[in-house]
Amino acid sequence: MKLVTAIVKPYKLDDVKDALKGVGVQGMTVVEARGFGRQGGHTETYRGAEYKVDLVPKSRIDLVVDDDQVDAVVEAISASARTGKIGDGKIWITDVGRVVRIRTGEEGGDAV
Amino acid sequence: MDSGNTAWVLASAALVAFMTPGLAFFYGGMVRAKNVLGMLMQNVIAMGVISVIWVVLGFSLAFGGDSKWFGSFDLAFLEGLGTADAALPGYAGDFALSIPVLAFVAYQMMFAVITPALITGATADRLKFTAYVVFISIWSIVVYSTVAHWVFSPNGWLFNEGALDFAGGAVVHINAGAAALALVLLLGKRRGWPNEAMPPHSLPLTLLGTGILWFGWFGFNAGSALGANGLAAQALLNTHLAAAAAMIGWLIVEKLMAGHATTLGAASGAVAGLVAITPCAGFVGGMAPLVIGFVAGVVCYLALKIKFRFGFDDSLDVIAVHLVGGLLGSIMLGFFADTSVNALGFDGVFFGGGFELLKDQVVASVAVLVFSFVVSLVIGLAIKATIGLRVSDEDEMVGLDQSLHAETAYGRLDA
Repeated sequence: MKLVTAIVKPYKLDDVKDALKGVGVQGMTVVEARGFGRQGGHTETYRGAEYKVDLVPKSRIDLVVDDDQVDAVVEAISASARTGKIGDGKIWITDVGRVVRIRTGEEGGDAV
Repeated sequence: MDSGNTAWVLASAALVAFMTPGLAFFYGGMVRAKNVLGMLMQNVIAMGVISVIWVVLGFSLAFGGDSKWFGSFDLAFLEGLGTADAALPGYAGDFALSIPVLAFVAYQMMFAVITPALITGATADRLKFTAYVVFISIWSIVVYSTVAHWVFSPNGWLFNEGALDFAGGAVVHINAGAAALALVLLLGKRRGWPNEAMPPHSLPLTLLGTGILWFGWFGFNAGSALGANGLAAQALLNTHLAAAAAMIGWLIVEKLMAGHATTLGAASGAVAGLVAITPCAGFVGGMAPLVIGFVAGVVCYLALKIKFRFGFDDSLDVIAVHLVGGLLGSIMLGFFADTSVNALGFDGVFFGGGFELLKDQVVASVAVLVFSFVVSLVIGLAIKATIGLRVSDEDEMVGLDQSLHAETAYGRLDA
């Protein structure tokens, strides 16, 4: 089991969600996040005074998938979230020790 | 007594009353989320405290007596004003009221309420609530009533000098702006200003407030005709046109100088135009309001730089918008006043009146500015020395909503 975490532009979230459904993903968790990477934020102007906004809005997606699904999921997220411009985001994959489905008590692949 | 005039002034009183909550939202949207209730509260408390002060003493000190310098105590508690034959000192002949005195009392009360509330934009995020309440209570009695007497009462010295102020360019805007400057100097900067970003937490609220202010301003300016007549129509149209032209003027310079036409700029420009047309509304006609508004939009935008140049933290630009806008309107009236619009006024420079009115406008503006600034400084110093003006550093960091009012505006605090 792997945990796939992706940080994407908020307006790309719907596209990513549809692409993930398209490769058979059955669930995900989305959090409205703020952060910065090499994009380094943006500038806002209020009454002529400029402010640097470091932490820009992003969507963070977490999903747990079987090992053999990881490549397809990463490909689906990359393809759907990519604009080619700075700030498109990141994907990282983490090993998952154990997964439990609360309602049934199932574990492992059956719980996902 | 004229029923049409009375109906319009009563409706105008309600319109002006609505401006104070409008102002609360205009400012409330501009502060950070942790301070929005503190800002709304400082505005709304003026509706409570100043209304009481006004009927007890304020009205009498503004409109009572025959002195040119101060009102009197004769009309305290509205003594004798509820009767059908009640009259006010000075309001005779050309200035005779055609409405019940109580309608005038109520209408003027709303001006007394909103004027000190204008100060809250300058002192945002750090002025103690109790200190604020004490300040505006004393200020309303000592400064507001006195200046209203000088300028609005037909017995007042500036009125008799020949200075014109249709709806409060000097009495409301220069007066509040000068007091704001005095308080800001005593209070000091917000922690972190100007290096730390303190962006508005809700520009939609600010725009809502702008709309309420704009709407209420029709009562503020056109109501000052004290009648439902041609002069009220002229004042209403002037008010709207000045706001429109000022919005355009502000946005053009903003786009040229800062790169974007912003929502906050549109709101600020409109308010700057409304401020500038306030003294002029019933004395100018034709396309003058477009010029007055446009100039106000451009100059008030440029005036935003003053606080950075001199290093005082006028948080929401009360000086740039209200003090500068009020001064601009009062001075431009010396050029654009036209007796064919209002025979009780005087002709300005552009209408064959020479420089007499312009001189009177400058005298009135400077007199109100200096008086308000100096007395506000004294009141502020006295409060600073006793109960203190400023919240503690910790309270300021936590935000006024939690530290002063034990409330939170929204579900979460992330701004």
